[in-house]
Amino acid sequence: MAEAKAPARAAERPLSPHLQIYSLTWTMAMSVIHRATGAALYAGTLLLAYWLVSLAVGPRAFAVAQDLFGSVVGRVVLFGYTWALFHHMAGGIRHFIWDFGYGFDQKARFALARATLIVSLVLTVLVWVIGLSVG
Amino acid sequence: MGQFHFSIRTPVKGVRGLGSARSGTEHFWRQRLTAVALVPLALAFVAIVICASTRDYEGARALVSHPLTAILLLLFIVTGAIHGKLGAQVVIEDYIHHEGLKVLAVIANILFAAVVAVAAVFAVLKISFGV
Repeated sequence: MAEAKAPARAAERPLSPHLQIYSLTWTMAMSVIHRATGAALYAGTLLLAYWLVSLAVGPRAFAVAQDLFGSVVGRVVLFGYTWALFHHMAGGIRHFIWDFGYGFDQKARFALARATLIVSLVLTVLVWVIGLSVG
Repeated sequence: MGQFHFSIRTPVKGVRGLGSARSGTEHFWRQRLTAVALVPLALAFVAIVICASTRDYEGARALVSHPLTAILLLLFIVTGAIHGKLGAQVVIEDYIHHEGLKVLAVIANILFAAVVAVAAVFAVLKISFGV
């Protein structure tokens, strides 16, 4: 037989999963971030426990904790903690929508994934604007 | 071919619905239940932290010791610890394939969640009861 004709254009079929040709999708990225933010929140519970224990110990221990959380590094960590909390929460609500059987078609899936990121960023900034304006 | 299908599982196995790990849907159910509860509790937690950030030591203690605040914080701590323990266990089971290490990690996970939760709960109670 003659050699196969070269296709005029690449066939539009899904590429098989492989590390080097895997195109990152919104749903995939949000899935990874959901797990990563969960892990971050797990470690972040130490911050909550430390803050409450320092408040229970006394004024000096609490002052040290306040200085740590109020420092530049402390604020960056707390900002990250806030975003992780809201992103994980928004991701959880997305999973609830799926649990009830909605939002599985392609448009809905990508809309939900984008909404997860947008909602989490908006809420984080909102909370910090409120927090810094009252504090 | 369908008429030759049979299972060596006894009917009672199917009725109990506990599966090979003998815990059924318990993990899934607890994970979802704590997730639902954590939506309002985490929002309350954020609000409490913002309020506390405006106060000094005595003010922060007064805030945490208020019954409403203390109850919300206790619920958030306990629910969050259970939810985190369940989630971290899934991550451990996904990534650690050595049986011995996996068991150690699962144990460490439970102990970590318990220690953090007890420390935070004790702190809230101590502040609340003013001792």
